[in-house]
Amino acid sequence: MAEKRIRIMVAKPGLDGHDRGARILARSFRDAGYEVIYTGCHQTPEQIAAAAVQEDVDLVGLSCLSGAHGYLFPRVVELLKEKGAEDITVIGGGIIPDQDFKKLYDAGIKEIFTPGATLDSILDWIKNNIKPRE
Amino acid sequence: MGSYFSDDTVNKSQELTKKWEDEVARSVVQSPEQKPRWSTVSDLEINRLYTPEDIKDTDFTRDIGSPGEFPYLRGNQPTGYRGRYWTFRMFAGMGSAADTNARWHMLLREGQTGLSTAFDFPTLMGYDTDSPNARGECGRCGVAIDTLDDFLTLVDKIPLDKVTTSMTINPPASVLWAMYCAAADKRGVPLSRIGGTIQNDMLKEFIAQKTFMCPPEPSVRIISDTVEFGTKYVPKWNTISISGYHIREAGSTAVQELAFTLRDGIEYVEDVIQRKGLDVDAFAPRLSFFFNSHIDFFEEICKMRAARRIWAHVMKERFHAKNPRSWWLRFHTQTAGCSLTAQQPYNNVVRTAIEALAGVLGGTQSLHTNSLDEVLALPSEHAVQIALRTQQILAEETGVANTIDPLAGSYFIESLTNKMEEEAWKYITKIDDMGGMIAAIEKGFPQLEIADAAYRFQQQIDHGEKIMVGVNKYITQEEQPIPTLQIDEKVEKEQLQRLAAIKRKRDSRAVSTDLNDLKNACKTGKNVMPYCIQAVKDMVTLQEICDVYREVFGEYRDPGLF
Repeated sequence: MAEKRIRIMVAKPGLDGHDRGARILARSFRDAGYEVIYTGCHQTPEQIAAAAVQEDVDLVGLSCLSGAHGYLFPRVVELLKEKGAEDITVIGGGIIPDQDFKKLYDAGIKEIFTPGATLDSILDWIKNNIKPRE
Repeated sequence: MGSYFSDDTVNKSQELTKKWEDEVARSVVQSPEQKPRWSTVSDLEINRLYTPEDIKDTDFTRDIGSPGEFPYLRGNQPTGYRGRYWTFRMFAGMGSAADTNARWHMLLREGQTGLSTAFDFPTLMGYDTDSPNARGECGRCGVAIDTLDDFLTLVDKIPLDKVTTSMTINPPASVLWAMYCAAADKRGVPLSRIGGTIQNDMLKEFIAQKTFMCPPEPSVRIISDTVEFGTKYVPKWNTISISGYHIREAGSTAVQELAFTLRDGIEYVEDVIQRKGLDVDAFAPRLSFFFNSHIDFFEEICKMRAARRIWAHVMKERFHAKNPRSWWLRFHTQTAGCSLTAQQPYNNVVRTAIEALAGVLGGTQSLHTNSLDEVLALPSEHAVQIALRTQQILAEETGVANTIDPLAGSYFIESLTNKMEEEAWKYITKIDDMGGMIAAIEKGFPQLEIADAAYRFQQQIDHGEKIMVGVNKYITQEEQPIPTLQIDEKVEKEQLQRLAAIKRKRDSRAVSTDLNDLKNACKTGKNVMPYCIQAVKDMVTLQEICDVYREVFGEYRDPGLF
């Protein structure tokens, strides 16, 4: 039986439309052989969590450049937990000040990538940390 | 006809070039060039050398001409910057209306000559602070405005008849502009005396910036309403700022920015003529443009020069405009946010200075210079001051404003200007063939062209083919953090309280009458502007008005192309 392919959802929570990074990542994940779902902009945490469960993804990558990550990212983790899907890994990226990292890690965000992170560094992280869910 | 060079000069140039090429061929064997291909940040290949031959078909009178004369390659004004400098216009907005008002007064004290408003995301998207969609966003990316009450605080002690104000607002542009008109009215300033700009360019939102509300067709209809209203009642207002800035920030090339922006402009002109029956010369002089000034110095200058020449031809030949002011392309410039780096942020001062210089040499009418910390947060007061001083140094110290269009006549500049123009026309024709920009957007054409360019650039960065200092070369291991502006969480709480108080105090019957009247105007094709102005005066909120738009026209969802 063929090995199950890892499914990644790239999501844009909140009202922010800065999607250049998110779309580049979606494309490079696809080029790297992952199955990719991109939500488009302006998703609520509720929509993202519901879609992640429905699409049965292994990883959710959240992108936010508006400064609202402090509310939006933890909310997605919380909602996944409520749906019994806490084994879906959540990572985040965008304009995220260093002083916010700890709060996000504590809230269950597994990794944070900020401007200057290379595509390769993100792909490496996924390769080393994400396995298909059971 | 005035060919740029005589045949004799071109022939001599060819001879010299031939000799030089032979020399190059010998030289590169001994010491090869650093890389096989040299290209702009947009990946446009640049030759080793430009000579008269490269512009031998350029006709001096037809293609270059004088400043203040068709085709305006060298600028709209016969005196360039000697009459007046570009407007120093710093984009500013954060936290509450009072916070932003304080920043505006600081900027005016420091010598800024025009205002420019950044709104927070709920305001940009047509939501009030108390909407569930707005949670966590209040005041973060700009100022939060829910009602006219907030707006009056925003413009407190700003002389509305003297200072021009730009508002970066798109789906709810009609509402914010209505607030500006209502504020002027309350302060006793007639609409004929207020001046400024609303961005009000929805096409580039679908293409790039992704701040949308209703589908493209009704979005353009509301824009045409504002153009009509401005033409009749607010003659000093620029009702659309046709914007390439966001197209570029989304990762487009310079040519794509140029072409898509001008093609958007064509779409708006067509709509106003067809829908409103206005004569092109009645409104075209109030159309304005907004370009990015990226880090590739010459490419940017040529893009701006080409933009003026293309638009002059479009207005004269496609739309048969007769008023020379309709032929002018007047534009604001912002330095490229996407060229800034979080790493070694002080380097951003240098990047911004170079980009600002390109804007000036390109002949901009108005300029925002990014602050060094804008890649990290909204700018601090200190960082903004450096950015404003950058413009003042350019204007007052460097001498670059002494003479008009100083790079004209350079073989390279004229050749690259021609190249940008040719490439832009290809896109414009292609979009014409698709049935116009709305049709092209529905096919995803400009979106995917930009996505391809953005992806290519990222790969070039990752492979070291393009360099960003501090990111993929000259990396510093230990970075010193710089102080950045924090938006206090109490901003949201206080804004919620203010909004609740307004909703309690206002006349709810007037509110529902206003909303009904607006709904009817939307449905029957009447101009929405007078209804918006009446509504905001009765303290109808931004979202209440936008909800009418959403109800009547439907909501647009991001198709999520990548």
